[in-house]
Amino acid sequence: MIYLELFWSFFQIGLFSIGGGYAALPMIQQQIVDLHGWLTMTAFTDVITIAEMTPGPIAINAATFVGTQMAGLPGAVIATLGCVTPSCIIVIFLAWLYSKYRELWAVRGVLSGLRPAVVGLIAAAGISIIALSFWNGKLLEFSLAGLDYLAIGIFVVAFFVLQKWKPNPIYVMLGAGVLGLAAYSIF
Amino acid sequence: MKKDARFYGKLFFATFCLSAFTFGGGYVIVPLMRKRFVEQYHWIEEQEMLDLIAIAQSSPGAMAVNASILVGYRLAGLCGALVTVVGTVLPPLIIISVISLAYQAFRDNAVINLLLKGMQAGVAAVIANVVVSMASGIFRQKRILPIFIMLGTFLASAVLQVNVALCILACAVIGLLDTVYQRRHGNKEAGK
Repeated sequence: MIYLELFWSFFQIGLFSIGGGYAALPMIQQQIVDLHGWLTMTAFTDVITIAEMTPGPIAINAATFVGTQMAGLPGAVIATLGCVTPSCIIVIFLAWLYSKYRELWAVRGVLSGLRPAVVGLIAAAGISIIALSFWNGKLLEFSLAGLDYLAIGIFVVAFFVLQKWKPNPIYVMLGAGVLGLAAYSIF
Repeated sequence: MKKDARFYGKLFFATFCLSAFTFGGGYVIVPLMRKRFVEQYHWIEEQEMLDLIAIAQSSPGAMAVNASILVGYRLAGLCGALVTVVGTVLPPLIIISVISLAYQAFRDNAVINLLLKGMQAGVAAVIANVVVSMASGIFRQKRILPIFIMLGTFLASAVLQVNVALCILACAVIGLLDTVYQRRHGNKEAGK
């Protein structure tokens, strides 16, 4: 029963991928390449490439891709459902706890430690995106020669626009995309 | 806030749009959500948004999905969570279904590649911008500990590659200990 297997596999991926993003990769690989052989390693690498190029969490992207390949659109829907079910249950429970107990001094204490931590973590994620953009992800080959000056230029313009006029970030991203298309085509 | 069909429509459309633009990992949804729900709609306060993100980050599963569920639940209970999770999952589901049918053509398309390269730099700027404004909020508190926690988690995660769940746990304990200490010393402001 492929639907059940898809659901259960991605349920486990959703349940055990803590830390988000690329932390989920080993878990996904183990389930769909090693355990079930649903994808070859090459196809799996392709899934990561697609996930990098398209919006959405990597686990959801993988679920949809594998589901489509194995059992068409119903497969995609069921694999995605399996992927988000653990999140739904756990997060709704935590949200309920938060709404009930957030005025407690102990919970406020914990949250007062978490708020600055979140900012630090976002900054860390930002650094890796900057590395990907400026050096095409080759952080280990960090050098001035490998610098993508156009990407830096687009970054600076986008940052300035965000600071100065505070527009919706979605428009800035789209604008950066169009700017990139024009700039990379010309130079 | 009236919980009518218009509200749910607005909530669904908002999460659908946010999800369609979370390129480059779950954290990108933070500035998008902040802009939409805190600054535009005024449905959630800044501090609370940070709490919700912290919970989303420390739960298993995709960060963007978790954050959407939390926002939906906070605004309209289980119904709200259902609306936001469907809104968040649909864009990648639709996009990947289409792409997986025509992957080769998509990957080799020069125009799409350049467009995505430009967007990557834009995404980096969006993240940098939100970090600057959030960090200045932390600095404005004029307390050593939050600043120390912020810089510490940044270094631990970016340089030392410490597991994110571990960082979160450590900071939760530090925050709790700090509050206990302040209460012992009769500081009524503790926990604020």
